[in-house]
Amino acid sequence: MPEALLSTHGLNAHYGDFQALFGVDINIHAGEVIAIIGANGAGKTTLMRSITGLLANRPDMVTYRNTPIGALRADQVARTGIAMVPEGRQLFQSLSVEENLIIGGQIGRKGPWELENVFRLFPILKERRAVPSTALSGGQQQMVAIGRALMSNPELILFDEISLGLAPIIIKSIYEVLPDIIGEGMSAVIVEQDIAKALSVADRVYCMQEGRISLEGRSDELTREQISAAYFGV
Amino acid sequence: MEWINAIVQGVLLGGLYALFAAGLSLIFGVMRLVNIAHGDFIVLAAFLALSTTTALGVNPLLTLVIVVPVMAVIGYVLQRGVLNQTLGDDILPPLLVTFGLSVIIQNGLLEIYSADPQKMNAGAIETASLALPGNLNVGVLPLVMFGVSVAVIAGLQWVFYRSALGRAFRAVSDKQDIAQLMGLNKAHVFGLAMALSLAVVGIAGVFLGIRTSFDPSIGPGRLIFGFEAVIIGGLGNLWGTMIGGIILGVSQNIGAQINPGWQLLAGHIAFLIVLAVKPRGLFPRID
Repeated sequence: MPEALLSTHGLNAHYGDFQALFGVDINIHAGEVIAIIGANGAGKTTLMRSITGLLANRPDMVTYRNTPIGALRADQVARTGIAMVPEGRQLFQSLSVEENLIIGGQIGRKGPWELENVFRLFPILKERRAVPSTALSGGQQQMVAIGRALMSNPELILFDEISLGLAPIIIKSIYEVLPDIIGEGMSAVIVEQDIAKALSVADRVYCMQEGRISLEGRSDELTREQISAAYFGV
Repeated sequence: MEWINAIVQGVLLGGLYALFAAGLSLIFGVMRLVNIAHGDFIVLAAFLALSTTTALGVNPLLTLVIVVPVMAVIGYVLQRGVLNQTLGDDILPPLLVTFGLSVIIQNGLLEIYSADPQKMNAGAIETASLALPGNLNVGVLPLVMFGVSVAVIAGLQWVFYRSALGRAFRAVSDKQDIAQLMGLNKAHVFGLAMALSLAVVGIAGVFLGIRTSFDPSIGPGRLIFGFEAVIIGGLGNLWGTMIGGIILGVSQNIGAQINPGWQLLAGHIAFLIVLAVKPRGLFPRID
């Protein structure tokens, strides 16, 4: 196995007195797609917040290209090439669709993703570029959130609860474009409660339970029973 | 005719009030910070202009070139050094800290400049006037100041809704965490917002110092006018703030026309009426 692009090393995370992560170790290699699955409250979002710098950690708990980034602020982490599509889309409501996309690209990393390519990926957004982001449907908002993350030309993109609250048909179409996006040589982490969807796109899977990694393996090698056991702890 | 004159003068005065209010409105919009020391910064800017014009012997209007950038730097340093540490879920710390700043600025100015009222003289332009139809005379200086106020509001509007800086302001205002994920350092963005706010305060202070006499104690009064203009116009709406300033200025002048003692009272009454009838202001931003 080559050197990991991003690793966590015994990552502990706290909200005040409450400890949400206990010694989490994960590795993501260049070009790899990882799924992180687990029930509500298993610590998936906390893990994402720790990686992106929204939660501060000890510097060496998160390393990216062998550089400790655990203690960097989120804006500094973003500049290293990590982008996130946050849970619940989280678009800027005062900004138009186009402005939301532009602000995603404003750190100025060079690469294939720019406004025109995002519009080619999601043509509906070009039509609706001038409307406030709040005027879009949930699925369209998810497209903006994905486009906004792509605009920074990341090397690693994190999708947090990508299908939460969306209609099945929208989820299907979003999963259809995922390979196109990740095909550009990007690495990706997909946080998902829908196990089948996660397994269909990921090379490897981590299952989380109560703040710990309860199972890890290649998507094509894990059995349904193993995953259920790790997911529910039964 | 006296009444029309009072209204016209009130409109022009309202431009100055809009300048008092614009910076206040800007930082509240971006970071939900209420700057209690805002009025004292206006007075500080007026004294800075006074010292500059005394030291260099230039027309007070020219001191804008120095006062505005100096105030902007003070704003940035103050935000990064002090105010950013007070921002959080609790709205009380920034109120207390800016209240403390207000006391410090007032007493600092008192120590340096004494309590004597000061006034800057802008020369011939102060007495120049334009004769309008119907026996109306409008001072050139108030007219210029009003024009600058409109230009400042238009400029802020442009920055806020058309520029990359404004996009950053709105994004951070909407969702601080997510904006940080986009590579925006909110501490820096807040610093820039305060710099812009105090740059406008710089203009307001110079104009105040030319228009009327001032002393270290008048800051809180200017803060009230600024607050009232913002609330009348509706939070988060810059043109609303302009109109709020004008309504305040016109009410004060009409009050003064009835009885000179009623000037301030009339302004406050106008404010209270708007607050009672439309608590969110006349032109609230539609969210």
